[in-house]
Amino acid sequence: MDRDFLLQLGDDALILGHRLSEWCGHAPTLEVDLALANLGLDLLGQAQFFLGLAGDADQLAYKRDAHEFKNCLLVEQPNGDFARTIARQFFFSTWHELLLRRLRDGDDAAVAAVAGKAVKEVAYHARFAAEWVVRLGDGTDESRRRMVEGLDWCWRFVDELFAGEEAALRPVWDERVAEVLAEAGLALPAKVRGITGGRTGKHTEHLGHILSEMQFLQRAYPDAVW
Amino acid sequence: MLEDTIFALLGTVPDPEIPVISLTELGIVREVRLGEPPEVVITPTYSGCPASIEIHASIRRALDGAGLGHVKITTELSPAWTTDWISAPGREKLRAYGIAPPETAAGRLARKDEAPAICPQCGSGNTAEISRFGSTPCKALWRCLACAEPFDRFKCI
Repeated sequence: MDRDFLLQLGDDALILGHRLSEWCGHAPTLEVDLALANLGLDLLGQAQFFLGLAGDADQLAYKRDAHEFKNCLLVEQPNGDFARTIARQFFFSTWHELLLRRLRDGDDAAVAAVAGKAVKEVAYHARFAAEWVVRLGDGTDESRRRMVEGLDWCWRFVDELFAGEEAALRPVWDERVAEVLAEAGLALPAKVRGITGGRTGKHTEHLGHILSEMQFLQRAYPDAVW
Repeated sequence: MLEDTIFALLGTVPDPEIPVISLTELGIVREVRLGEPPEVVITPTYSGCPASIEIHASIRRALDGAGLGHVKITTELSPAWTTDWISAPGREKLRAYGIAPPETAAGRLARKDEAPAICPQCGSGNTAEISRFGSTPCKALWRCLACAEPFDRFKCI
């Protein structure tokens, strides 16, 4: 498998896993706190496996600079409020599940093994996010307003997910997203021009801030171990 | 036979997070491959399971303690672990410990959603999910509407 593609898979999971870990101790309820930490943990585990196929996972996670990361822009976006985090998770996990299913059934045995494991976990992520989209969208005026804002904020980063070969996943994704939004009583966000660049290492300003925190220890004390 | 010896040995090694069941009952010890060196093949429950390192270490300790220091431990992901590999005695021990065991694949196939868990305290099926995620990656949080006790349920994957 193409190394850049393995980095994409690993970096998406790593960066989103890190973002979710930022919620630890800050989520609206204890149950949600546990859920987001669990999602992050699954993603970190997947990142370790995918990056491990591309090289030394720790070296790749801790020693690369922002322009060498291949994650999509959506996953590096700040958490915002809970609704925006849910919007990001909903768009991403719905796509992630479809992608992993394709890889699980693909020709590369090593990638298929990781994808086959990860897809079971991500199916839970997608369901969790979809349930919250419905709960917030179909909730109070305030939760609905926030859910709409969250979806709008994230919408511009969606097109990037379907670049290249992944374009084939779009129809099923569109259908699934429309289904959940209909259940939530929400409309699809208005058409916007998609922002891309993450896959070629051109990131938003947020990634550098994530790395400065995530990589600090290994930068200050290279190859330190527990 | 080395294979039987190792399986019997690992049958005495508890899961670090759910110490009432052993690694073999949890279904994460896949096989013993005879060769030079012999290998124990294990598989993680969840990709990011933080217990993976401790599981590896406790298998190492058990092997070394039994004079089987030459046996290699290999982690393989495929086929992916499923809760169907939890043995029948393992399920019973989970229930006795207060964790509702997972449904089997056959039970799951019949419906899209998971059926209500059976309360491990009072046996009632009148239960509700509190959160899809619980105290470890492999469990969800439920409560019993009959006896009002909260409990963990093994997620079916």
